[in-house]
Amino acid sequence: MARVVIDPITRIEGHLKIEVEVQNGKVTNAWSSSTLFRGIEIMLQGRDPRDANLFTQRACGVCTYVHALSSIRAVDDALGSKMADNGRIIRTLLHGSQYLHDHMVHFYHLHALDWVDIVSSLKADPKKTAELATKLSPNSPEAGVNDFKAVQARVKKFVESGQLGPFANGYWGHPAYKLPPEANLMAVAHYIMALKQQARTARLMAIFGGKNPHVQSMYLGGVTCATDLTPDRIAEFKYLWLETMAFVNDVYIPDVLAVAPFYKDWAKIGGTQNFLAYGDFPMGPKEPDSFLMPRGAIFNRNLAKVEPVDVSLITEEIKHSWYEGDPKGLNPANGETKPKFDKYDTEARYSWMKAPRYKGEPMEVGPLARVLIAYGKGVPAVKENVDAVLKHLAIPADALFSTLGRVAARAIETKVIGEAMGTLLGQLIANVKSGDLNICDGRPWEEMPSEGMGAGLNDVPRGALGHWISVKDKKIANYQMVVPSTWNIGPRDAADKMGPLEHALIGTPVVDPKRPVEILRTIHSFDPCIACGVHVIDTESNEVYKFEVV
Amino acid sequence: MSQGKGLLERLERKGISRRDFMKYCTTLTATMGLSSAYVPKVAAALANAPRPPVIWLALAECTGCAESTLRTMYPWIDQLVLDIISLDYHETIMAPSGEAAEKSLRDSITKNAGKFILVVDGAVPTGDNGNFGTVGGKTMLELIKEVGPKAMATICIGTCASYGGLPAAAPNPTQAKSVSEVTGLKTVNIPGCPPNPINFVGTVVNFLLFGKLPELDDKGRPLFAYGQLIHDQCPRRSHFDSGEFVTSFNSDEARKGWCLYQMGCKGPDTYNNCPKVKWNDGTSWPVQAGHPCIGCSEPNFWDKSTPFFKSS
Repeated sequence: MARVVIDPITRIEGHLKIEVEVQNGKVTNAWSSSTLFRGIEIMLQGRDPRDANLFTQRACGVCTYVHALSSIRAVDDALGSKMADNGRIIRTLLHGSQYLHDHMVHFYHLHALDWVDIVSSLKADPKKTAELATKLSPNSPEAGVNDFKAVQARVKKFVESGQLGPFANGYWGHPAYKLPPEANLMAVAHYIMALKQQARTARLMAIFGGKNPHVQSMYLGGVTCATDLTPDRIAEFKYLWLETMAFVNDVYIPDVLAVAPFYKDWAKIGGTQNFLAYGDFPMGPKEPDSFLMPRGAIFNRNLAKVEPVDVSLITEEIKHSWYEGDPKGLNPANGETKPKFDKYDTEARYSWMKAPRYKGEPMEVGPLARVLIAYGKGVPAVKENVDAVLKHLAIPADALFSTLGRVAARAIETKVIGEAMGTLLGQLIANVKSGDLNICDGRPWEEMPSEGMGAGLNDVPRGALGHWISVKDKKIANYQMVVPSTWNIGPRDAADKMGPLEHALIGTPVVDPKRPVEILRTIHSFDPCIACGVHVIDTESNEVYKFEVV
Repeated sequence: MSQGKGLLERLERKGISRRDFMKYCTTLTATMGLSSAYVPKVAAALANAPRPPVIWLALAECTGCAESTLRTMYPWIDQLVLDIISLDYHETIMAPSGEAAEKSLRDSITKNAGKFILVVDGAVPTGDNGNFGTVGGKTMLELIKEVGPKAMATICIGTCASYGGLPAAAPNPTQAKSVSEVTGLKTVNIPGCPPNPINFVGTVVNFLLFGKLPELDDKGRPLFAYGQLIHDQCPRRSHFDSGEFVTSFNSDEARKGWCLYQMGCKGPDTYNNCPKVKWNDGTSWPVQAGHPCIGCSEPNFWDKSTPFFKSS
């Protein structure tokens, strides 16, 4: 039996260490450890609630907007802000922009190199590559023979320079890479194309958000971008959105469908049991009924039974985390957490993340959870796209419970959510046309309530995100975040039950423990975002902890 | 054949004409506050080979600075990474993980000792012997102390690496400090939360062009980007001068784009070039989106500038 430690895990946000046991070429045990702690909630104590979205957004520069959104929603809930309809629409359009950008970057720049062998692309025939690209996607851009020749020449020159930069020491030539050279060349071309597209797509968020990353236009009941509700700005948004959707439909989706058939064994690897979604994308004022992606929970892969969600049944357990207190933990609304670094010990405590549980069970959150819950509930846009993908790959619905299922679900929801942005834009145009230019709750701060408790529940690219706030004397008394990657990447719980990623890694083949590309496939399929996941709060005393030097 | 010709050929093969390239150099030169006479020199600096090795260390950070750098346009990020620099270590985009990633770091440091540019995002957690943050089994504190002195120059990207930033906000739970406080090195600071990528790229090009750091202010910031107050460059300045202020975000005054000073705008205390270059290829910037400037390129702004929605 070999113990393999992978630290740092790269191509993720933040600092993550994974340790696995390998026996007979397969993972038999796994531990997920988050290795950075910053303590954002401690900083929020006593501050102005309106500042919270700017602080919490810095939990993560990849997720960026999503923490601003959950935070301002929690404050709205606590203080009873009057929601402007344009505020709802623009916040949701910004959220859609985040999905389009985030999922594209994840697939091409954080995940693709686990499936695509860059070096193999040098052996490709550009003519055959052009034929392949056109066959997969008749509207594929930059898909001529000369385009692929140019990309190949560029890669060749780069490799021959001897300065391989971020591609040095990659797992090139590993037997787990299955794509033919032509598919590899096409994917490399799209990796580079997507580098440019993501910078353009990020402009979507800047139109109503001021900038990206880290938007700066949230306010109570809506947004601040009063001068941007003009035809020229709306048109700019619309055509950037159309450009991005063309990339999604003509490049991203076809690439997923092109790569998947070579990796069908990954439809049997990397699955988990239970799924949770808070739901998101309010298509009208009434929430959560108007959500495009519905709220729900699934246990034991039972798609036929999607249960309603009661957030009071969430606990954050800490038996294996570097915190003091009751190992079984408490509900985030009334929890207590005291950070105390001990040492890294897989038999005891080994992570800065806590272990969130719903009804005592580990729950996978994120694209797969959302798509399964929407599929189980029969949401037409999701059902239609999922069935089309299953048919294309000739695999049954239970193949979705896998690493490959996670990759496919991410692509499917990018298309579904992206298309819904068109409806939202139509709503914005109708409002502006009718003379409704309200964007937020403009009441003076002095007239707002001094006290309140609130929650901001969202489903963001990486999964279910909740912020909880308590306001006293117009200041933050308590703040708590339970974020997607804590659900997915967190350690064992009080009953020693593994977290979803740890569970998903069991059974993963490992041909060469020194070059563990197979393990990275499952880790990256969760799109881990670690900075978000590590935080602490004291909801009782407002006390600032002294950290013991161990 | 000169190296410059090599780059231009590479660019042309990708559909970027000589004219596009020179246009980019012109923009960059202007951003750096240099006269147009420098345009050919900027072009020559960019075209030089071998590409200078760059090691990017991520400490107590949120990856916003790396994401911001990905948004660079003219040069695009693929040009920066494939043609201009050799990005030997960057955890967010590099192919290998674990031991293989560590090898990339060690190899580059050994081969390029005293010759690589070190880029750091994130503050250094010093509390609890540095145990609040580790990479590859080392504390971030150990890592930066080891790698920092071996670099030819250290560029701190973002307010965290430059001045402590968010992790150092009161009560500074992890005793986070800036890179220069911990290492004693004189760093070039590109603050902002995150900074505009054009200021980072401009600094790198300045280095390639002159072989030295750009001229800095007393806070280590390049003057070409941080030489003027936001307030003095703000397109809403005439409203300030005329006493036309927004007092509610949902008002005619807000829709008319009046001055945000009374809503808490920190433009009068903040050195940065946001109004001039704007964000995301000139799409917008916070004040254009109707939100007060929060002063994110100033040291200690998370404490000094808060509460954000209050006139200073």
